[in-house]
Amino acid sequence: MADFQRSMPDAQPHLARRRGLWSYTRLDAWLLLLIMVLCGYGLLILYSASGGDMGYVVRQAIRMAAGFAVMIVMAQMRPQLFARWAPALYVISLGLLLAVLLFGVGAKGAQRWLALPGFRFQPSEIVKLVLPIMIACYLASRPLPPSFRHIIISLVLIFMPVVLIMKQPDLGTSLLIAASGVFVLLLSGIYWRYIFGALAVASAGLPGLWMVMKDYQKQRVLTFLDPESDPLGSGWNIIQSKAAIGSGGLDGKGWMQGTQSQLDFLPESHTDFIIAVLAEEMGMIGVLVLLFIYLLIIARGLVIAAKAQDSFGRLVAGSVTLTFFVYVFVNIGMVSGLLPVVGVPLPLVSYGGTSIVTLMAGFGLLMSVQAHRQMISH
Amino acid sequence: MSAFDSLKDHTKEGRVFFSRALIAFVVVLILMGVLISRLYYLQVVQHDNLAALSDDNRVQLKPVSPTRGLIYDRNGTLLAENRPSYSVTLLKEKVSDVEATLSELQKLIPISERELKSFRKRLKQRRRPYETVPLRFRLNDDEIARIAVNYQRLPGVQVEADLIRYYPFGAGLVHALGYVGRINEKELKRVDATDYSATHYIGKLGIEKFYEPLLHGDVGYHKVETNARGRVMRVLERTDPVPGQDIVLHLDIRLQQAAEKLIEGRRAAIVAIDPKSGGILAMVSNPGYDPNLFVTGISTKDYKALRESPDLPLFNRALRGQYPPGSTIKPMVAMSVIDSGIVSPAHTIQDPGFFTLTRGGRHYRDWKRGGHGKVGLEMAIYQSCDVWFYDVSNRAGVDVISEYLNKFGLGQVTSLDLPEALPGILPSKAWKKKTGRGSWYSGDTLNLSIGQGWMLATPLQLATASAVMANRGVWKQPRMLKGVMQRSQREGNTIVDGSIVDISGLEGTSAVLPDIKLKNDQYWQKIIDAMIAVVHGPRGTARKVGTGLDFQIAGKTGTAQVVGIKQDEVYDAESLDERHRDHALFIAFAPADKPEIAVSVIVENGGGGSSTAAPVARKVIDAFMALKQQDADVKELVRSQ
Repeated sequence: MADFQRSMPDAQPHLARRRGLWSYTRLDAWLLLLIMVLCGYGLLILYSASGGDMGYVVRQAIRMAAGFAVMIVMAQMRPQLFARWAPALYVISLGLLLAVLLFGVGAKGAQRWLALPGFRFQPSEIVKLVLPIMIACYLASRPLPPSFRHIIISLVLIFMPVVLIMKQPDLGTSLLIAASGVFVLLLSGIYWRYIFGALAVASAGLPGLWMVMKDYQKQRVLTFLDPESDPLGSGWNIIQSKAAIGSGGLDGKGWMQGTQSQLDFLPESHTDFIIAVLAEEMGMIGVLVLLFIYLLIIARGLVIAAKAQDSFGRLVAGSVTLTFFVYVFVNIGMVSGLLPVVGVPLPLVSYGGTSIVTLMAGFGLLMSVQAHRQMISH
Repeated sequence: MSAFDSLKDHTKEGRVFFSRALIAFVVVLILMGVLISRLYYLQVVQHDNLAALSDDNRVQLKPVSPTRGLIYDRNGTLLAENRPSYSVTLLKEKVSDVEATLSELQKLIPISERELKSFRKRLKQRRRPYETVPLRFRLNDDEIARIAVNYQRLPGVQVEADLIRYYPFGAGLVHALGYVGRINEKELKRVDATDYSATHYIGKLGIEKFYEPLLHGDVGYHKVETNARGRVMRVLERTDPVPGQDIVLHLDIRLQQAAEKLIEGRRAAIVAIDPKSGGILAMVSNPGYDPNLFVTGISTKDYKALRESPDLPLFNRALRGQYPPGSTIKPMVAMSVIDSGIVSPAHTIQDPGFFTLTRGGRHYRDWKRGGHGKVGLEMAIYQSCDVWFYDVSNRAGVDVISEYLNKFGLGQVTSLDLPEALPGILPSKAWKKKTGRGSWYSGDTLNLSIGQGWMLATPLQLATASAVMANRGVWKQPRMLKGVMQRSQREGNTIVDGSIVDISGLEGTSAVLPDIKLKNDQYWQKIIDAMIAVVHGPRGTARKVGTGLDFQIAGKTGTAQVVGIKQDEVYDAESLDERHRDHALFIAFAPADKPEIAVSVIVENGGGGSSTAAPVARKVIDAFMALKQQDADVKELVRSQ
């Protein structure tokens, strides 16, 4: 640890000369602006998706506010602080995931929640950030590109929480978390031969995955492959969401005018399927605007990552940004019928508590990396 | 820098990261492109298809049932109306657990086993999506309130208002009107499915069935927008249903009720026809049953009781009761033998009380022991002398008699709009052979001449024959329908005559018979005079009912044997079981010179026609005349004011 601290020279006096007033907030102005635009757009869509229920909008806005608070707090901390606590957080997270499996509460056959007096929370949300931090911390302190041994150890570190979350079962989250870990590995510069080798092994292992999947998960995949096979049952969601998106056309039916969403044909219209509401009411143009905002956020995230001065910051920022994109891609892909239905919310637009806070915390992490750059190289 | 750090090449790591991040960004752009092309495919390429799919989702055509036409009697009294009725229904799509909902409902309102059973049956039947299935009909206010306060707990349960047929005159009219009932799958196949898409009731019997096309009306549509749970959010377009036509019958409910009273407690039938139009003024078959029981479905218990009643209330005696007509056909038999020239109108015989085909052969007895002595045509009718008829029919043979009886509508259905009517049996040589009863014997002819043996006729046929006689051979097809009610706001309700109502497709259910042309037209009066003598002659069999009239009634009594009486056995009403007593019959028309009403009366096991049936017919005619006078008085009163 002593070594580690010594490697971070006191940069304060050096930086002070170059700071504007804004930089005291340690917030990234571009990212903040984009997130606020996204939140505003999201609330607009949610208002319509909830059938004009202001209650939903207010509750969502409160969550966003809480998210901003968490983001601001995270931005104030040095990235090294996260790195220092990573192993401990990782172990605690694994403990919490085990606790979920043992004492967790939940609905629809899945145990995802831990009930504490007063509130309940989803430990898997914490893992979404803890895992990339842990892997980045582990790899950044070793020569890069990582050796085969370090890759294997990293994979084991990824594998443990992912399996525990899969057991809940929560396929969507476990895939996102696995992705966040794998992104760190990929960004760390592991050799292409490992990447292609892993891909080959994975495709060979697909049938094995099928064997361990739960019946409802298999059903989702089958429904995805042929939604018409059960139009009133599990195929209903995807048929209705495609009808909603398609009927929106280029410019949509108008805000609050979507018949699919307002007449309740669209299931989960304010949570996972909210993009269909946007597509129906504001058409392809409305969706393109949203995608553009997402793309800008991702671009800014990658710029922050690229500009980061140590490997830990780079890897964490890169992984958080790419995971954010995975949310977007999986959600829109699933709602538009490109991917099987897995429970992944549309970031900052879907109605729902913990994911918003986690996402904002992720942005806080990005801002922390951006704000605490070391200037030693220049 | 520490030793640990020295192993790391920071510049190289940054470069590697930059290239990886760049690749990642390119992959992000590619995947974004995938999403956008997917959106393009759905929102531009597939837009029309998916927009149609979305519209199919929300827009539904909801058929609206037309209001069934009402049925009035000739004076505008309502005989069949539509009353609002509330029923509790379930929407299967919205009910998650049908059994739980049912038991929950049973705590609120009484639901019988039978209702549950037919509900489950209806639930299994083919039905349109989001169509409700009725569970219980005719809820009272209290029950409606109890369900309404529990709506929240019972998703998919609704109280629905419907118009349900109601027959205010109940059992007294059921055999004249028929009834409607809930439409079944078999009937749905027979009717135009589109037109009946919202209709729950259909005419099952009688007038309600025959005039179904007039009464039903045309279905209307509401183009509605529904949500995913089938709830109608708004009506986009509406085509109102065309209500069914209100029809007016010749029936006079006052005469009907008077006639009903006359045979109360008896198994009997009365048919009264207006000879000028063929319109049926009254048609009673006793006992009847309450048609209102059948509208929403009769309980098995009630139905069993009706079926098993020894008085056969479900049996429409007026249309389907096929009785031996007995002596009521004698005027027509006499007409046949004189008009065909077999015997002269002056033909006279000596009646010893029996007739033999061959010397010393079987005795065909007269009803009067010892005989009537010297008998001519007129006396043969007013005294109902059997032997005279044995003699002339033996001379004429069956085919001549059959031919004439057929012209009076016997042995066939002649009515326009009574689809349940039966043809009876008019025997002939050909008929006997065809039905495998062997060859015709002379004895069969003798039996036929007095309306016994194979011969069977319904009360409607006898009234019709009487009307034809009253008209001196002019045929007016017997009918219930007088016309349709034209509703106009300016002029109020007016009756449009039936003859100009387009009832195409309804006519032709039975042949319209040609008028009877006699070789000698004077014979009408000859026979009618004899029938007048039945009622007014000093020795007429129905002379007791001929008193105190300012007009004449022409009639004929009849007594039909229920059990055969063996040779030399004496018929003793007292000793016979009630069910084995003779049927009493009477046909009549009045006034004899200018007939306004023709009547037939049959009282099962009533004994003699003269003692039981004739007084009933007389009272029907009295009631008719009194009503006519009453109506004239009212008209006079209105005019004078």
